[in-house]
Amino acid sequence: MSKGLPLWGRFGGGFMFLINYIKTVFSTVKSMLVGMRRTGYYFTHHKEIITEEYPDNRETMHLPERFKGEVVMPHDEKNEHRCTGCTACELACPNGTIKVVTKFDITPEGKKKKAIDKLVYHLELCTMCNLCIVACPSDAIKMAQTFEHSVFDRSQLTKVLNNPGSKIMDGVE
Amino acid sequence: MGQMISLSEISKIIDNWLRATFNPTWTLIIEMVIAGVCVIGLFAVLGLVLVIMERKVSAWIQIRLGPNRVGPKGMFQSMADTVKLLVKEGLTPDGADKFLFNLAPLIAIVVAMLLMAPIAFARDFQMWDINIGVLYVSAVSSVMVISILMAGWASNNKYSLLGAMRSGAQIVSYELSAGLSIIAIVILTGSLSFNEIVHSQVDGWWIFKGHIPVLIAFVIFIIAATAETNRAPFDLAEAESELTAGFHTEYSGMKFALFFLAEYVNVFIVCAIGATLFLGGWMPFHIGSWQGFNQVMDYIPSSIWFMGKTFFLIFLIMWFRWTFPRLRIDQLLNLEWKYLLPISMFNLLLVTAMAILGWHF
Ligand code: SF4
Ligand code: SF4
Repeated sequence: MSKGLPLWGRFGGGFMFLINYIKTVFSTVKSMLVGMRRTGYYFTHHKEIITEEYPDNRETMHLPERFKGEVVMPHDEKNEHRCTGCTACELACPNGTIKVVTKFDITPEGKKKKAIDKLVYHLELCTMCNLCIVACPSDAIKMAQTFEHSVFDRSQLTKVLNNPGSKIMDGVE
Repeated sequence: MGQMISLSEISKIIDNWLRATFNPTWTLIIEMVIAGVCVIGLFAVLGLVLVIMERKVSAWIQIRLGPNRVGPKGMFQSMADTVKLLVKEGLTPDGADKFLFNLAPLIAIVVAMLLMAPIAFARDFQMWDINIGVLYVSAVSSVMVISILMAGWASNNKYSLLGAMRSGAQIVSYELSAGLSIIAIVILTGSLSFNEIVHSQVDGWWIFKGHIPVLIAFVIFIIAATAETNRAPFDLAEAESELTAGFHTEYSGMKFALFFLAEYVNVFIVCAIGATLFLGGWMPFHIGSWQGFNQVMDYIPSSIWFMGKTFFLIFLIMWFRWTFPRLRIDQLLNLEWKYLLPISMFNLLLVTAMAILGWHF
């Protein structure tokens, strides 16, 4: 502090410091007000509330589009599915939930063709990771939104996804 | 005033009747008992009301419904909570210092009771019109930290101790800026008595009369008050994500309930003080020369004005809690020592200049 110049230098630095300081204070206050405006909006707009009063509104409840409940295989009205038995889903599944049991059909031309006998799905092992759905080349399986899966015996959780007597749709290879 | 019977009239009637019936000593004792019962009753009501209010406010802010099973729209939830706490076992850990462990929650609640004494709840309705009310409140409120330190130390638990130490650092530092912002009003009023501070706002609340410096003092007071009551975003003393529950980790049942109640009562008290200092206490809202409007405002009882302002501030503090994330301990101390304290010191200078030059209305 004994020399004159550094003092002025310090003063100049102090000035910059002061400006930054005031800027920090203002930007902080501003960002806090932005946050409070958002929460204040939610506080006053009760139609935004997303709580589902579940057992009470069981009939009318609304599940998010991406909610994943279990793997199912859609069938059309002729009891046909799109599964070719390629086992890609079985390979994709990280925890061995799916077991594809294949058989060989005889086509009208007398050739042998691979098809599924059963697509066994162990719900109790499934983590709903969606990997099998992504892996399936012919969009044969998808995620359903059912979620009330409690049963008294775990053997009931082992499901066969293709309906009995179903066969593959025409044109799906 | 020709309005319905006010709290001050009720208290006068009781006082006159007691004086006519008993000798002065007994009158004093009976009045003290009545005041004590009223305070305990107020505590119980505050606990019930503030807990359900907090749960509903937090729910709506977080786009939830909140409690909705007990009573209409869940309004009796806090009573169910109270019953649960009452029947729970109050455990004292084996390694704890039993005496201090059991004393700490009592100190917390006694401090909260002491703080009620000088607060003016309505026109001429005050338990103790002490002429250094502001000083008394800031002195007694710092005893609060002793109960927290005591609880943390006596629990013989590392989380409790960490929480208590944090709370100590926090309250000691935020007391400064809370004090400085209170002094701003004391300078403008020239009095430490709550009664006189309220009366000085008869022609306008300080937050309107005092221009920007008082507004800054008000904001700093609210921040410091939130910190002093250990509420989020300053709830490092509890910090449930890192310290389980901080200083009251080991407490259960009624002993925990006392800490819980003390927290809410303290919120009420700091908000009452903030309302008294900055928002005119029980003074009705007046606009300059609008006689008709002012008279309508006068018809609202003063106790309603006081409670309305206090609950507005309580809502503000709850709004903070559910909006901002918790600060880290170094950020917390930075905020106080590098921002709030310098700003409030500079602000105090402005207020003093304003008071000397008479720049307020
Ligand atoms: S969702 Fe995941 S865990 Fe479940 S069957 Fe498909 S790949 Fe396996
Ligand atoms: S469900 Fe899809 S991936 Fe799995 S075997 Fe059938 S076609 Fe292949």
